Amino acid sequence: MNSPSTTGKPSTELVWSWLHDVPDPEIPVISVVDLGIIRQVVWEQDTLVISVTPTYSGCPATAVINADIESKLRKEGIENIRLERQLSPAWTTAWISERGREKLLDYGIAPPVEGTGASVQGCALSGSAISELSGSLGSGLGSGLLGRPSITVCCPRCRSTDTENVSQFGSTPCKAAYRCKACLEPFDYFKCI
Amino acid sequence: MVSKHTASSGLFEFLLQMGDNCLVLAHRNSQWCGHGPALEEDIAISNISLDLIGQTQLWLELAGEVEGAGRSADDLAYLRDAFDFRNLLLLERPNEDFGLTLMRQFLFDAWHLPMLKGLTQSSNKRIAEIAEKSVKEVTYHLERSTDLIIRLGDGSAESHRRMQSSLDELWSYTGEMLESDDLDPALISECVVPAGDKVAEAWRQHVTAALKLATLIKPESDFVRRGGKNGIHSEHLGFVLAEMQFLQRAYPGAVW
Repeated sequence: MNSPSTTGKPSTELVWSWLHDVPDPEIPVISVVDLGIIRQVVWEQDTLVISVTPTYSGCPATAVINADIESKLRKEGIENIRLERQLSPAWTTAWISERGREKLLDYGIAPPVEGTGASVQGCALSGSAISELSGSLGSGLGSGLLGRPSITVCCPRCRSTDTENVSQFGSTPCKAAYRCKACLEPFDYFKCI
Repeated sequence: MVSKHTASSGLFEFLLQMGDNCLVLAHRNSQWCGHGPALEEDIAISNISLDLIGQTQLWLELAGEVEGAGRSADDLAYLRDAFDFRNLLLLERPNEDFGLTLMRQFLFDAWHLPMLKGLTQSSNKRIAEIAEKSVKEVTYHLERSTDLIIRLGDGSAESHRRMQSSLDELWSYTGEMLESDDLDPALISECVVPAGDKVAEAWRQHVTAALKLATLIKPESDFVRRGGKNGIHSEHLGFVLAEMQFLQRAYPGAVW
């Protein structure tokens, strides 16, 4: 747990509160903590180790996020910092906090509707071992290859639910492009992964 | 059959295949940036490139570690020649029209996703982690390419004609993806990578079902063009690398 150190090291709770002030560079209303990409804050002797997970593997903001975290911690007087990339478990939009979701909506980005990520039927390769892969092949074929559930996305401007998906790929890797059929405005939807 | 590779060089080769596939396709797709037939498609294809570049970094970084010669992902991407690349010939095919670009993406995505799903169960923890990350992104890739293949195949007479001719043109390049190669046996017996025939079966099922819905006819020829996985490439890869590697070759070590 967060053991306040006798050597004057700030508690990890305090570090978390600092990280709450580091905004996502592309969506500056939401912090890196609310985005759910800070996975661990821990002291290893005199080094503060922060585990950060990428949203998307090619997200160009990753380098900026790391630089922003480091610069914030230096400003708070931390000298020995190590940022670690944590790939597993892979980031999911389910980790975006409730507060983060409200801020996204206020900012004009519809927050993710959980459990509605992309899915493709009939190419499932899963199983407890690679040698057992064949067992799960083929289910779902014939009932439509694209298993995307129909989802209701609320327009962040007029709150109408009469909206449509324009493209699953939007202005950044994490967003899809939507259009509101009531107020006719295009908007971003933070897509579920 | 005894593998001619040692375990670590076999693993290195496999990681290069994964990374080079992502890198070459990402580069090809990035050539559409600003030229897409519709704004949404321009954005989609650029985003897919970005995902694939991110995955390239993960695969090539691990390849460099496995090789143990101190090469970074950037070294592997920018400082190897065509004969050291292990990507599929399919992925270096020129973009030509958007139909051909889409069909290339679809044929690859339908292999990429089951391969990655198999790799999430890899006995190599690092590989499993990269696969777990990539699966989420590639599921969106396959969803899109399947959707478009069906809509355009079963669309207007002109869109149908273009998708069918794209399929006919690229079909002979799919065999290379589906056949096992001589680095596989050790890696499969150690559960590092999934058995190639399982991935091939998943590919066949998905492609067959999608083509049927798209009203496209699967070509009958089983002629296979191969070579990419062994570094024997078409002339097209040289042009890709000339464009991609120019800066690092002309100004070694340049950073910004």
